[in-house]
Amino acid sequence: MPRRTVAPYLLLAPSAVFLLMLFGWPVVSGVLQAFGYGSTLGFTSSYWQRMADDPRFWESVRNTLLLILVLLPVQFCLAIGMALLLRARLRFSGGYFYLWAVPLAVSDLAAGLVWLSIFTDRGYLNSMLAWFGADGVDWLNYQSPTRMLLAVVLAELWRSTSLVLVIVVSGMQLLPRDYDEAAQVLGATPWQRLRHVTLPLLKPSLQVALILRTILAFQAFAVAQALTGRQFPLLIGETYEWYVNLSDPNVASAVAVVVLAISMVTAVIYLRTLRSPEAEARR
Amino acid sequence: MTGDTVTRAPARTGAARPLPPVDRRPLRRLRLVRTAQHLVAILITLFMAAPIYLITLAAFSSRAELNRFPKAVWPRDVSIDTLRAFLLSPGTGVLPALVNSLSVGIGTLVVSLLIGAPAGYAVARYGFRGRDAYQLFLLLTRSLPVVVLAIPLASFFLNAGLYDTTYAVVLVHSVLALPTTVLITASVFVAVPVDLEEAALVFGCTRFGAFRQVVLPMALPGVAASSIFTFVLSWNEILAAAVLTLEVRTLPAQVLVSLSESPLRYQFAGGFVLVLPALLFILLMRRYLLNMWGSTIR
Repeated sequence: MPRRTVAPYLLLAPSAVFLLMLFGWPVVSGVLQAFGYGSTLGFTSSYWQRMADDPRFWESVRNTLLLILVLLPVQFCLAIGMALLLRARLRFSGGYFYLWAVPLAVSDLAAGLVWLSIFTDRGYLNSMLAWFGADGVDWLNYQSPTRMLLAVVLAELWRSTSLVLVIVVSGMQLLPRDYDEAAQVLGATPWQRLRHVTLPLLKPSLQVALILRTILAFQAFAVAQALTGRQFPLLIGETYEWYVNLSDPNVASAVAVVVLAISMVTAVIYLRTLRSPEAEARR
Repeated sequence: MTGDTVTRAPARTGAARPLPPVDRRPLRRLRLVRTAQHLVAILITLFMAAPIYLITLAAFSSRAELNRFPKAVWPRDVSIDTLRAFLLSPGTGVLPALVNSLSVGIGTLVVSLLIGAPAGYAVARYGFRGRDAYQLFLLLTRSLPVVVLAIPLASFFLNAGLYDTTYAVVLVHSVLALPTTVLITASVFVAVPVDLEEAALVFGCTRFGAFRQVVLPMALPGVAASSIFTFVLSWNEILAAAVLTLEVRTLPAQVLVSLSESPLRYQFAGGFVLVLPALLFILLMRRYLLNMWGSTIR
């Protein structure tokens, strides 16, 4: 194989140009736009002011953070449990894997609509309650943020756990079984094996899944819109609102930059905190 | 099975020493654990499958059934009227949106493959300066929120005369799909042995001929899997599609925009139509899912 050629650069060039034009440039100009570049006002922080003055913005920040804080721990426990069940090689595990992976190809809008059929006033959940003689509950009432949060969390749990599952399962496949067997021979309980053998070995996969899921969780919005209309604002939903309904691209960009900044910061924090013990162990 | 331990019948020879009792507890515990595992697996499956069943049921229920309360969770009044009205009545704009979605999906697939596959081949086959930087750049693209792109691009496309066309949406979806396409095709090309390619070169193929006649046939299934993935990504993308278009909506964008004014039964039908392809995609992709995430995450 030729050592030094221009061939790889020629092969890469189209994608690099494409990404710079349609990815690099828009990101930069989006950040500039949030500071008023290209508007009549010139360089300004007034769009940030307008964004911060909107009470819905703070509500959406609170909702987004709450959603992530409630969703992610539950989701990771569930996904790890599912992966362990698949590793146990039950009968029909191929079928289980298929059914558990299906939501991977479902959008958050679709997930919202699916769960709307369950949570809506005369939906399937209340129907089932009625069959058992219980009173229906107004699940998506705007006066009860807790119930709305619950509905959104369940819908997101249903939709996005498959991604964690797939990452964890593929990570588990790479683990040598020896360690687990050794621990078993030495008399470790299943819990000890999980806690001290499997989970530490899975850390790289878990880290990737955690970063990816957090970034994606900040991007969820259609699920809440489908379930609650505008009653349960999420950050990206606000961007959409500012852009489409209020026709203010600058403020919309400001909100988008907030999402961008939070995503980046959380990714860095995860990389730092999760990597340090591992690096120490290696020393 | 009776009792914890069973004493084996004394040997017929009448030898005095009975065998020690067989400890069946581990076996029973194993059975118990297995049963519990099955139970939990079934519960999880119920959680994952029931929503899909229920939305299907809702989409195939008649209007009268959907207005009834309490609803039955079994098919009581099956009809395709709701779905037909959702898909065909001109007021909902669903059929053109469906066509747009398909053409955007296929366009995205073609563009990202044309641009991404050569890059994937380069990443797989050549060591060159800047390779790590390029891969880092790809990773960055994967992790940024779409919305940061969508808004500046909207004004860009407005100036370029591409606003509210499927081309604009295809371009943005291709950007989103490109990193994954490059990484998946790279992992596919890595799996094709270099020896075969070199053998073809030795026997007088040109570099391109070797690629076309040897590498491509072997890489095709993996490339197909990556295309399905791209299509799914485009099919599910909502925000950019909604921001970049007004009339020429893709299906999810159309459903999102008409969310507030459409009746519940159309929302259910929309949910069903959006979920349906997922069942097929994952069925096709089952074998590749693990390889894909295993290879793309590193």
